[in-house]
Amino acid sequence: MIVLENVNKTYNNGAPLHVLKGIDLTIEKGDFVSIMGSSGSGKSTLLNILGILDNYDTGDYWLNGKLIKNLSETKSAEYRNKMIGFIFQSFNLISFKNAMENVALPLYYQNIPRKKRNAIALEYLERLGLKDWATHLPNQLSGGQKQRVAIARALISQPQIILADEPTGALDSVTSEEVMNILREVNGQGMTMILVTHEPEIAAQTQRIIRLKDGVIE
Amino acid sequence: MDLWNEILEALKKNKLRTFLTGFSVAWGIFMLIVLLGAGNGLKNGVMQNFEGESTNAVFMWPGTTTKTFEGLQKGRNIKFTDADLFLLQNQMPNIDKAVAVININNTTLSHGKEYGSYTLKGVNESYISIENIKMVPGFGRFINQLDLNENRKVMIISKRMSEVLFKDINPVGQYINAGKIVYQVVGVYTSKRAEDSRDGLIPFSTAQSIYNFEKDGYGNLEITVSGLTTEKENKDYEQLIRNRMGRLHSFDPTDNRALWIWNKLQSFMQTMGIFNAINLFLWIIGIGTLIAGIVGVSNIMLITVKERTKEFGIRKAIGASPLSILKLIVLESILITSSFGYMGMSAGILLTEGINYAIVQNTPPDAEMSIFANPTVDIDIAIYATLLLILAGVLAGYFPAKKAVSIKPIEALHYE
Repeated sequence: MIVLENVNKTYNNGAPLHVLKGIDLTIEKGDFVSIMGSSGSGKSTLLNILGILDNYDTGDYWLNGKLIKNLSETKSAEYRNKMIGFIFQSFNLISFKNAMENVALPLYYQNIPRKKRNAIALEYLERLGLKDWATHLPNQLSGGQKQRVAIARALISQPQIILADEPTGALDSVTSEEVMNILREVNGQGMTMILVTHEPEIAAQTQRIIRLKDGVIE
Repeated sequence: MDLWNEILEALKKNKLRTFLTGFSVAWGIFMLIVLLGAGNGLKNGVMQNFEGESTNAVFMWPGTTTKTFEGLQKGRNIKFTDADLFLLQNQMPNIDKAVAVININNTTLSHGKEYGSYTLKGVNESYISIENIKMVPGFGRFINQLDLNENRKVMIISKRMSEVLFKDINPVGQYINAGKIVYQVVGVYTSKRAEDSRDGLIPFSTAQSIYNFEKDGYGNLEITVSGLTTEKENKDYEQLIRNRMGRLHSFDPTDNRALWIWNKLQSFMQTMGIFNAINLFLWIIGIGTLIAGIVGVSNIMLITVKERTKEFGIRKAIGASPLSILKLIVLESILITSSFGYMGMSAGILLTEGINYAIVQNTPPDAEMSIFANPTVDIDIAIYATLLLILAGVLAGYFPAKKAVSIKPIEALHYE
């Protein structure tokens, strides 16, 4: 499913910073993996590379049998749209769109007609128990609800993997638990899930923990 | 369609900003239309004064030679005679009408106690069309063939002369004393070019038989020509006249002071040239105003893009291609500029048409002089302006859009 072979990444902002030093990693379909590490360990960079949001210098990254390397922006946008669902710490919902429109947005970029994509978005909101909140704007929703909207948005394009960057970081413990339950449930339906966190109790709920330290996997 | 929905949603979110952005463009195009309308008004007004005049008229006056020619001294006076008239009438190309005018200067005309010093002009019936003078409606007629055949002592006076000599009474049918000769007034004329004309017009043959003009010859010669359209053709034609007349009177064809020529068409074309320059100037100012509007839009779009950095980051993360972002911004810009531009254009057209209506309502039908008329723009100007607006939208949106496209999704997502 995901294969990384000797991936290196260096940032060149003033002094070169070698962030990832030869990462080898294999994640199978249906895995529920967490990536842990202190800040500066390179875990966000790794997630960005996995999410095709950033490129890497050397090595190979295979996603679902496709080599993700030196892609044009258009191509990487297309891959992100079809193969990857993102969940962010700060939810990243578009403030002037209501819950349903936010969920439907990935389908807009697949040129699915408005009516159809809104109907699909409603289905996903219903699955996450937010049907009654479909026409609410993000600022009318609680943190847990926003994250559930974000999860629905990540799921709607039926991606290969879900990448979650500190999905519970901005939530209280009760809501965090709710969100983790949802993620586990989604994983239970066969979705590959990669989660970045620095909270051990969150990482403990996953099947496998990858620990990064100074750009290498421990 | 979906794309427009996306754009409209974003615009609705920021009504005030959208309005302020659009207003500068609306103002720009409004100014452009109003300026061009004013320019057209000025042009049309002056054109109206030319209108109906035989703009292809050429006037000639005798001069004095300033160059020796074939052994003849300089300083000889040229005198127009029947030979000149014959030459013009029979030996020149492109001529429609040719008339000679006999000038009797400083003639005292009187009626009752009123008198004044005027010039009598012996003319024939073609004079009215060459000089483009008009008979005042209800006040008689011009010189006709019968007057010429019978050497009648009749006179056409100007409106101004009528006011001076006859005050409030209708001069037609009244008599005027000119020294020992009595003329009957048969008409009153007016002319746009010379409202205060001091010329009393009498039949050419009458002037020939009464006055001794042989010493000076004819006062001037007037012709109308056809088929000359370019400035060069006109120049060449003038030279042809100088060549032929030079041969007749033995003066150097390059001696411009031996024969004075005023070509009305050429001055008409020069006037038109001035208006083209004014028009160009107005376009430059108008477009300058519009550019200020466009820069305003571009500026605000840049701020918009910065404000929406996070949104674009989100869109990119979930699969928006660079092209779709580019389209989003550029089309938003086009939408703002063209819709507000249209409002500005409509307002401008409304204003110019309104002014035109007011002018038409307030101008008496027999108004003699106009400097401002029909200050409106043509439909093709409106079409140019529309194309300009769309171009403006593209330009205003392009740079902000480039900036939006260059935003990296990870940076954008962390942007607060």
